[in-house]
Amino acid sequence: MSMNRREFLKITGISTILGLGGLSAASGIKNLVEAQQVMPNPEALKAKRWAMVVDMSKFKTEEDYKRCIDACHQVHNVPYVTDNPKHEIKWLWKETYEHAFPGTEDEYLSKEIKELPFLVLCNHCSNPPCVRVCPTKATFKRQSDGIVMMDMHRCIGCRFCMAACPYGARSFNYKDPRPFINAEKENLEFPTRTKGVVEKCTLCYERLAKGLQPACVEASKGALIFGDIEDPNSEVRKVLGSRYSFRRRPELGTQPSVYYIF
Amino acid sequence: MYNGGKIIIGILIFIGLVSFPFLYSGGKATAKPDPKIDSPEILKMPENERKCIESRAFMKKEHMKLLNDWRDWVVREGNGVYTNAEGKRYTMSLQNTCMKCHSNKTKFCDECHNYAAVKPYCWDCHIAPKEKQS
Repeated sequence: MSMNRREFLKITGISTILGLGGLSAASGIKNLVEAQQVMPNPEALKAKRWAMVVDMSKFKTEEDYKRCIDACHQVHNVPYVTDNPKHEIKWLWKETYEHAFPGTEDEYLSKEIKELPFLVLCNHCSNPPCVRVCPTKATFKRQSDGIVMMDMHRCIGCRFCMAACPYGARSFNYKDPRPFINAEKENLEFPTRTKGVVEKCTLCYERLAKGLQPACVEASKGALIFGDIEDPNSEVRKVLGSRYSFRRRPELGTQPSVYYIF
Repeated sequence: MYNGGKIIIGILIFIGLVSFPFLYSGGKATAKPDPKIDSPEILKMPENERKCIESRAFMKKEHMKLLNDWRDWVVREGNGVYTNAEGKRYTMSLQNTCMKCHSNKTKFCDECHNYAAVKPYCWDCHIAPKEKQS
């Protein structure tokens, strides 16, 4: 078998030309979907930047916390893992004052405040450190409304975001969460997660898209106030304008969107 | 021929291994996949409304690319509504749009995917419709 240089070049040239034909097959969907379009749901709630105010004066009994937490965890099929506290998955949970606001606990702080469990969740920071470290952009800040989102399709489970988040708002699925979800209360309209991904509160983006308030806000009976912080007439702005508020670890410069009032 | 005996034995073993799958299946091809679109939800619809969001040929060929685009549009870009070639609007959702009609996942999805040995990981997270065992 012998081939001279000239023949070799001829064959390569012809096969390149033939190969170019394959390109049109690869770009099939572009041509077919061109005429169609996508758009946000017209009923969706819109904001420049969503924010939440947690009115701690309205959390009096165990039931007040439970209502909100259960509403969130049921709607999002959050597994209830009990056998290992490190495997716990939480989107919305209770935290002691010293853990929620480290560095601010004074020696002579009143007992009520010291022992009051604070309701905490992802702060949806406007400068989110988790987004900066994510190598796959699985977690990202939505430009439209400031929600720090999780794209489970892209998460590779590296847990950089968990190390970066100063609020401990992220949980890792060390095992398949499905056996830990109550099959009767499962929300069939929302996915579960799989082993090896990080999850957290997504500010109910799927409910906002349908024109509904987040599940915890709806269940809270007014203890959680939700709205657009960049709209001066929104309810959150009115509350923040009239009462003293504070945020978790403001010194870090992450600019949380969750505010606390008493 | 040097080492002729060993070479011939080696060739025979090789031919035996390569032809094993064909001999094992008796020389017959595996049954062609036969995906079903006769879920109860689809049968309930009037005949003229039994249409998928796009043409049958398009869905057959491009559904994987379409789903891939849908997930990016919904999760990453926040667009939830898809307008098809005829101008009809649909909520882009595997669990809440596709599978509401195609509630027969085993016969609709798995039939071909198993045949083609593709294992999409949709159902690791998305909840498959509850099918009645028949």
